[in-house]
Amino acid sequence: MREITLSQAVNEALAEEMRRDPTTFILGEDVAEAGTPFKVLSGLVEEFGTERVIDTPISEPGFVGLAVGAALTGARPIVDLMFGDFIYLVMDQLCNQAAKQQYMSGGKLSVPMVLRTNLGATRRSGAQHSQSLQVLVAHIPGLKVALPSSAYEAKGLMKTAIRDNNPVVIIEDKLMYQDKAPVPEEEYLIPFGEANIKREGSDITLIGTSSMVQVAEEAARILEAEGISAEVIDPRTIVPLDEDTLLKSVRKTSRAIVIDEGHQNYGITGEIASRLNEKAFYYLDAPVLRMGAMDVPVPFSPVLEDLTVPTPERVAENARRLCAGEMIHAA
Amino acid sequence: MTSKTKTKTKTKTNTSPNKDDYLRMYTQMVRIRTFEDNANQLYLAGKMQGLTHMYSGEEAVAVGICEALTDNDRITSTHRGHGHCVAKGANYKQMFCELLGKQEGYCRGKGGSMHIADQSHGNLGANAIVGGSMGIATGSALRAKLLGQDDVTVCFFGDGATAQGLLYEVMNMAALWNLPVIYACENNGYSEYTKTEEIAAGSITARAEAFGIEAFSIDGQDVLGVNELSKKLVARCRNNEGPFFVELMTYRYHGHHVGDINREYYRSKKEEADWKENRDPIIRFRGWLVEQGIATEEEIEALNEQIKQDAKEAVAYAEAAAYPDVAEVDMHVYAETDPATLQAGH
Repeated sequence: MREITLSQAVNEALAEEMRRDPTTFILGEDVAEAGTPFKVLSGLVEEFGTERVIDTPISEPGFVGLAVGAALTGARPIVDLMFGDFIYLVMDQLCNQAAKQQYMSGGKLSVPMVLRTNLGATRRSGAQHSQSLQVLVAHIPGLKVALPSSAYEAKGLMKTAIRDNNPVVIIEDKLMYQDKAPVPEEEYLIPFGEANIKREGSDITLIGTSSMVQVAEEAARILEAEGISAEVIDPRTIVPLDEDTLLKSVRKTSRAIVIDEGHQNYGITGEIASRLNEKAFYYLDAPVLRMGAMDVPVPFSPVLEDLTVPTPERVAENARRLCAGEMIHAA
Repeated sequence: MTSKTKTKTKTKTNTSPNKDDYLRMYTQMVRIRTFEDNANQLYLAGKMQGLTHMYSGEEAVAVGICEALTDNDRITSTHRGHGHCVAKGANYKQMFCELLGKQEGYCRGKGGSMHIADQSHGNLGANAIVGGSMGIATGSALRAKLLGQDDVTVCFFGDGATAQGLLYEVMNMAALWNLPVIYACENNGYSEYTKTEEIAAGSITARAEAFGIEAFSIDGQDVLGVNELSKKLVARCRNNEGPFFVELMTYRYHGHHVGDINREYYRSKKEEADWKENRDPIIRFRGWLVEQGIATEEEIEALNEQIKQDAKEAVAYAEAAAYPDVAEVDMHVYAETDPATLQAGH
């Protein structure tokens, strides 16, 4: 099978869906000729024109609001939010407006829009361009949240997001845009709420999101060399969350570590760990461990920044100790 | 984005009003006032819960504008939204049911006074975030333009909402892209409990003009004047000449919300009495109708009586109506997506 980058996979998904549905369009800062700073959208404006690949002013609440209104009245906008950190700017439009229309109207209004943005530290971008804010949107009923972990996942999840009748936030890791993976030529979609078992194992379950799936897989390889068999699971969407697959795995392995790049305090990892503790308590040999980014603003200095994100070595170390029967807890 | 020519223009909006139009505008204004009188009573009697904000006094704005629109045209509304809802064609029964949280309400009781939405008439809903719907209205207009549809969207908001930055972001884009949207600023003199002059520097219309948007400031108590301008602007929007901005000078008879009773610290009783006695949009229009021989005092009294009766019946209906089944509490969080569309090749 051919291999393409995550960036090309997203680009293909957008192009295919825009060809399929004339009510789709892209809205965001520097999305047209510039193709965004990450060049993910390069070439789309040539095919679809400036009517459907629309450069906006630097007005994040404004253009997210426009997407809500367009979606409410029969279009399917795809909003490009240049950096995930800007989620803070658009919270009212996303959480008070988009997320609540379906419920407040008793099911009569819907907002089929996609907000695609990114997450991730270790690009030396400083505290305002490095955050992983998936928990902020995952907390809000009415929004769906997808975190692709590879080019294959990114394409399939994006196509599903565009066809979904709800506001979907899809967050890509900006360090992964150039990562290649096998992606079929023929069309496929990845359903929401179906976790992917990336690797089977019997001693411990490593649940990773986005680029933390790679971290978990690398940790699993380290552990394998030591005779520890780790199962690696990618939930793909954190809302909806495929609890069944996670529980089934934990009931089998009896230990789990949840890894996400958002801050650890009050984070995604806490939510997933808590559900496993509540629903698989009698199968567990140790409390489920959380591993998130450190609870500090992301520092600029490379030596400091690298400390803030979970690494395969630290995941492997924690897994090793859990499997040895040590009682450890989240930092 | 490049500009796109309209394929269709409405002709109806340019015709002069006839007797039926005048009487319908009068009826709609009285229906709003009567609705609010009943809503106020329901609240004061403890039968209605939550927060509610009366539109009484501002009727000529909603009616003058909405009478220039078709059901296909969209509006976005405010937390003071009952008037827009009535003016855009909603019925009393479903509105009162919504205010009382009943299942037959426009939003199955899940929206309430501040979130009432009647999408069957193009009302995208009241919005309890001040200025919250400016993006939605402009996005609706963007959709019309992109999909080559000829409907117009009116964005209602108050003078208080002009302090929200969102307005300036979306007016910029609406002007850059020539969107068919009319920003209707209902200037009732007060931003919640504070005089407008204390929150708004400079001229409100000048703010729109700074974006190259043609702006008007008019008497919001004159339904015919509002309607006449609205028809012109709607037609021009359909002709790809939008956006526009209209400031409508009006007054709210009640406080910011129904519980805002002791308000002399921010406005005088004398001022309130002056607006009610000398600038009431309904009294004024009624006088004109009689003077022009369009209706007699008796006909108008009969009309008023009929509306009172309708409201009374609708209130009784809503009071007797069922609350939503408790099973509905976690319904409608997410919209259904047809599983077939999520298959490859569809």
